[in-house]
Amino acid sequence: MLRHINQFASPKNFYALSCKLVHYFGGACLLLFVAGVFGGLLFSPPDYQQGESVRIIYVHVPSAWMSLFVYIVMAGAGTIGLIWRIKIMDVIARSSAPLGASFTFLALATGSLWGKPMWGAWWVWDARLTSELILLFLYLGYIALQSAIEDPRMAARAGAILALIGIINIPIIHFSVEWWSTLHQGPTVSKLDAPSIHIDMLIPLLLMALAYMCYFISAVLMRARCDLLALERNSAWVGELIGERSR
Amino acid sequence: MKSNLLDVFMTILKRDLSLGLSRSSEIANPLIFFFIVVMIFPFALGPESNLLQRIMPGVIWIAVLLSATLSLDMMFRSDFEDGSLELMLLSRYPMTLLIMAKITAHWLLTGAPLILASIFLGVLLNLPVESLLYLFITMMLGTPVLSMVGSAVMALTVGLRGGGVLLALLILPLYIPVLIFSIAAIDNAILGLPITGEIYILGALLVLAITLAPFATSTSLRIRFG
Repeated sequence: MLRHINQFASPKNFYALSCKLVHYFGGACLLLFVAGVFGGLLFSPPDYQQGESVRIIYVHVPSAWMSLFVYIVMAGAGTIGLIWRIKIMDVIARSSAPLGASFTFLALATGSLWGKPMWGAWWVWDARLTSELILLFLYLGYIALQSAIEDPRMAARAGAILALIGIINIPIIHFSVEWWSTLHQGPTVSKLDAPSIHIDMLIPLLLMALAYMCYFISAVLMRARCDLLALERNSAWVGELIGERSR
Repeated sequence: MKSNLLDVFMTILKRDLSLGLSRSSEIANPLIFFFIVVMIFPFALGPESNLLQRIMPGVIWIAVLLSATLSLDMMFRSDFEDGSLELMLLSRYPMTLLIMAKITAHWLLTGAPLILASIFLGVLLNLPVESLLYLFITMMLGTPVLSMVGSAVMALTVGLRGGGVLLALLILPLYIPVLIFSIAAIDNAILGLPITGEIYILGALLVLAITLAPFATSTSLRIRFG
């Protein structure tokens, strides 16, 4: 069983398979993205309270979802790499980090753009905002650790431990920040009660979420392929590959 | 010769304590840093005593976090450089036990003096008795957590170039829950509200850290040695 997985996960096979996957998921991302953007900007109704500015949720909400999802992927792939010594899992974990940080940044930036007209402030110390900001710092810490350790294998394994420590801490941080903001914050922000979302808004939102997911998969595979080539530059299959190309 | 685990624990503890005491500046510097950070705040905010009394527990806790981060460096650095850490990894005793002893020694050398210093500063700054009491209790529960979480992250960065700033970057987000619950306990105590919830959560964080940190630290150290 393990041997089959190992064979499947060998860098050479992964490189060949991921080439196709990048194309499939990239194409799917494009289709879903176009559908989601048109659905969100043209066909979905404006909100009765927030007007047209509600449309930012089609960018904001999926990136907030992805910011957490990518962290879980990063920690999961890192752990698998740590335990079963599967090289491509290390590579995937490392390639996820900048993407996750970008999604987190996008969620914070779009949230802040939305907050200015709605709340009258770019930033409030709300529980969700604060824990998202801390998540950004966790990503940046991971990236900083990766660049500080020169040996790529050691960097990947150290990163896996750090991501695991982060995974244990994220619920604790989120919970504590939530408590903190309810204790300290007066009613400056009248939080809009989330109404059950209308189906015309839900469909574009889900389309965009799927587009983000496909984008993440194809982007992480592209990054992983580059990383893998650099890691395996002295191995035979890379030599063959380059030989084929140059012939 | 077969010695039991408690003897091993005590041996490492005594070794680290005597090594630490012989390098007294490494213990003194974080403490001096702590005093300086607390002292800077009145300069930034003005000498008005009402405001200072209101924010001082928070200021003292921030200074404790920063000073604890600085002091983490002495936990593994010298052992890493002279190779004794590698020998500990190769020994036949469980690494988690040895690490527990090292963390305990580190806390006795840096955490405990910080608690005393905070109480001393609190008395000097005229903090009310309740906030002094709860400052003490939250620190007794909180500073060991700082040492534990710190040891796990320190083990990842030991011996790296530019490790100091990197360590602060990695560790401070993880310290936020301890800070939040400690300050919440002190604030509630001043207002006369119940604080058992916060104290229980700090205790739970401590138990969680004691359970997981030695494993995380020993795995990290194994990784650092390749």
